[in-house]
Amino acid sequence: MELPKVTRHAPRVSQHAWSSPQMKRTSRSRLLRLILPLSATLLLSGCHWAVLNPAGPIGVAEKWIIDTAIGLMLLVVAPVIILTLVIVWRYRASNTKARYEPDWCHSTKIELTMWGIPVVIVCFLGVMAWRGSHQLNPYHPTVLSNVKPVHIEAVAMDWKWLFIYPNHNVAAVNQVAIPVGVPVVFHITSATVMNSFFIPRLGSQIYAMGNMQTADNLVASAPGTYRGISANFSGGGFSGMVFHVQAMKESDYKRWLAHAAASSKTLDVKTYLKLDRPSSNVPVTYYAHVDPDLYAQILEGKLAPGRSLAMKATTLTSGGETGPIGRD
Amino acid sequence: MFGILSLSDIHYHNPIIMFGVGLLLFVIVATLATITYLRKWTYLWREWLTSVDHKKIGIMYMILAALMLLRGFADAIMMRTQQAMAFGPNMGYLPPGHFDQIFTAHGTIMIFFMAMPFIIGLMNCIVPLQIGARDVAFPLMNNLSLWLTAGGAMLVNVALIVGNFSRCGWVGYPPLSELHYSPGVGVDYYIWALQIAGVGTTLTGINFLATILKMRAPGMKMMRMPVFTWATLVTSVLIVAAFPILTVALGLLALDRYVGTHFFTNALGGDPMMYVNLFWLWGHPEVYILILPLFGVYSEIVPVFSGKRLFGYDSMVYATMAIALLSLTVWLHHFFTMGNGPGVNAFFGITTMIIAIPTGVKIFNWMLTMFRGRIRFETPMLWTIAFLITFTIGGMSGILLAEPPADFVLHNSLFLVAHFHNVLIGGVVFGIFAGISYWAPKIFGFKLNERLGRAAFWCWVIGFYVAFMPLYILGFMGATRRMDHYNVAAWHPLFEIAWVGAMIIFAGIILQVVQVVVSIRQREQARDLTGDPWNGRTLEWALPSPAPAYNFARIPVVRDRDAFWEMKQRGVELKNSTFVPVHMPRNSATGFIIGGFAFVMGFGLIWHIWWLAALCLAGVLGTLIQHAFNDDRDYYLGADEVRRVEDLHGRVEAGSV
Repeated sequence: MELPKVTRHAPRVSQHAWSSPQMKRTSRSRLLRLILPLSATLLLSGCHWAVLNPAGPIGVAEKWIIDTAIGLMLLVVAPVIILTLVIVWRYRASNTKARYEPDWCHSTKIELTMWGIPVVIVCFLGVMAWRGSHQLNPYHPTVLSNVKPVHIEAVAMDWKWLFIYPNHNVAAVNQVAIPVGVPVVFHITSATVMNSFFIPRLGSQIYAMGNMQTADNLVASAPGTYRGISANFSGGGFSGMVFHVQAMKESDYKRWLAHAAASSKTLDVKTYLKLDRPSSNVPVTYYAHVDPDLYAQILEGKLAPGRSLAMKATTLTSGGETGPIGRD
Repeated sequence: MFGILSLSDIHYHNPIIMFGVGLLLFVIVATLATITYLRKWTYLWREWLTSVDHKKIGIMYMILAALMLLRGFADAIMMRTQQAMAFGPNMGYLPPGHFDQIFTAHGTIMIFFMAMPFIIGLMNCIVPLQIGARDVAFPLMNNLSLWLTAGGAMLVNVALIVGNFSRCGWVGYPPLSELHYSPGVGVDYYIWALQIAGVGTTLTGINFLATILKMRAPGMKMMRMPVFTWATLVTSVLIVAAFPILTVALGLLALDRYVGTHFFTNALGGDPMMYVNLFWLWGHPEVYILILPLFGVYSEIVPVFSGKRLFGYDSMVYATMAIALLSLTVWLHHFFTMGNGPGVNAFFGITTMIIAIPTGVKIFNWMLTMFRGRIRFETPMLWTIAFLITFTIGGMSGILLAEPPADFVLHNSLFLVAHFHNVLIGGVVFGIFAGISYWAPKIFGFKLNERLGRAAFWCWVIGFYVAFMPLYILGFMGATRRMDHYNVAAWHPLFEIAWVGAMIIFAGIILQVVQVVVSIRQREQARDLTGDPWNGRTLEWALPSPAPAYNFARIPVVRDRDAFWEMKQRGVELKNSTFVPVHMPRNSATGFIIGGFAFVMGFGLIWHIWWLAALCLAGVLGTLIQHAFNDDRDYYLGADEVRRVEDLHGRVEAGSV
């Protein structure tokens, strides 16, 4: 997969920059007060433009598609809007000097052009859609030379996120640490209703669904704290279902794992069921020992008596087919 | 006796809900009292509620839609206020459970009970006139459609008073909408309101399909039909094709909730993804069911107010059909993020983009119609110009969302919310207002107040941009939809600006209410005596305003597109000298009674009052059977009566006997 180089330019500017006292108060200050917050937010605080200020190659590639598509479409849309205004003004009824042809209603040449222009644009956009869908398929492993990917299991719960590190036997609620520059494979399921696993600054989201497993391959290319959310409404505590991604240097990441492993809490079926009770805005919690079968049991619905009875869980593969899950 | 209904289901302790309930009850009681005071009950019953006249049914549809617009907009204001407040330590004034009901009700009401009734109302008022027909194919079924829709709308509003409405969003995705996660009656209100109204809409689709195919005036070949009629025809096909899918999806969901099946549960073979597919398999055609008729409206307005023939009629017709066909092949773009393979995503992304081609062609057609015309800037045209610009922007954001990788970061975000409001307000709502101001003289007999109309127009357009452009930005900032609270400081000013925008739109709505009141009071000055106030081109303008009950005293013969324009060119005399009796359908209470039974049946099903539901179902069937034995369904309006009415409009040739 071709991965564009990441560029970051995100000076952290206070969101209140516009209200600085130096601002000249003119007669138009009222209007300015209305407009400035908008433009200030637009221009200054780039770090808030999560999607347009990606912190990883997947996000960068997606931003490239957004930029290119907007650019291509503006080639048609901008002239259309301007021409509409020009025509409306030029052929206003009061302008009797303008040409008037009340019966002119057909021109094969013009109509061919009319169908042709959007066809051409759509061809370009269509190629982008085809290539983009394949290159940025969230199931597509992110290959970075021979760096071994980190494997994390993410569980959407009412209303918090549980992250399990199967290879390190630790887990955390509402926080997930990842090493910078290392591909991360998230295997995602839901202990409850449909949610969507989304870290805007890293890129692609994907649904989290009960008794099913989806996957999301992401990479962070710069250290930082990135907001993660559920992007699919899941009930009363939905707004408080925020987690944070800590992208850190390899050494810090090791330290983070050690810190989690030093936690006095363990995550077995009993503690899981306690955690499973609906709660929102849950503070970050670390778990040192994780029942190795826990994730599989969640996935198979065994831990959700009453709402999803035990059955053979299926996993959605990149081909969209379903098959029995395998754990690596 | 009362199923699961108890007194505690009425939220008398919640001041916000009680205020809404109070307002609702006040309006209802005031209306009923006024009717009683004016002793208009008999008039109302005989002339309106039981009427099978498509023009009156159309007006009733639009009254329903206007009321629901007010209700849906009240929800919008509450949401905007909550999101403008609920930042950081401020949790806003709505608890999550209430906020969730409000956005669900807003979406449900605006789509099913505002946009749809407005559109069906316009179709009813205009299509038979445009094709030179005396009524729709099935006049009584038309009345039944209205009352089923009204019954559904009533159920949504009863949810305000008794119990709760759904908290699952207007899409009602399981498993959230399943019994385990939504144990109350909210989802059941949603299901039965949509099911009952959905039957009405399906019947409307069948009705207009038959009407347009079978009842056109002699000489009106398909390729001579006005574009609004074309749009209605294609929309009817889509309704007939798509609405049964929604009925099935909601039916299966109801089975899950009522009898414990597992169609959409997480387990036991259930598959929530199936619901998502079925919902959007209806939902995407629905988007075009909403917009196509308004494309038709614009196609009527642009030529009339440019004083010019429509450019590229054939392109317009084929584009409409292409859009309808393609609209059935794009539903998956609503869930690119559900784990589909890249080939599937790419396929549906590309089919979605292809829709931009015929849509773009339409935009070019309207531009070229204005080109070398003589454009008059009256309100219908103002709405149309605002539409052209706004819709183009909305289309662009839509194509962006059709790129699966872009959707991966914008799906369900406020960017998406901005996009569909951009096309639904900029396309559908502007089109409805354009259509109403354009056809008001034909429907009501007088023009609406122009000054207030313009003021409302500017409020709506400016308000729209102020309210929704910030949401595009918020989407790029990673803000998702349906949040009742957030902690990101950068979002707060944008939500506040959006609130200001909502307030500007509110001013526009108030101006429109004032406009209606003022227009009714000053109707004598604004009365349309010619029947053709805009120098129109299609057959409805050949009739006096408002059109008499039988529409055409003599069925016109059509020789060309823009039939009435062609008649005017030829100098065809609109007056008649001889009159024949007109065959008319008789008014009937059947539709009203069935609608009433269906409404109460829905209530019984929602609250598990089984005896009531069974009784009402028997009532529905009994009324149908009873009507089947009723032979007194039609009558002839005598030639003398037709002459008398025509004479009132000055349409009788002088000297004829």
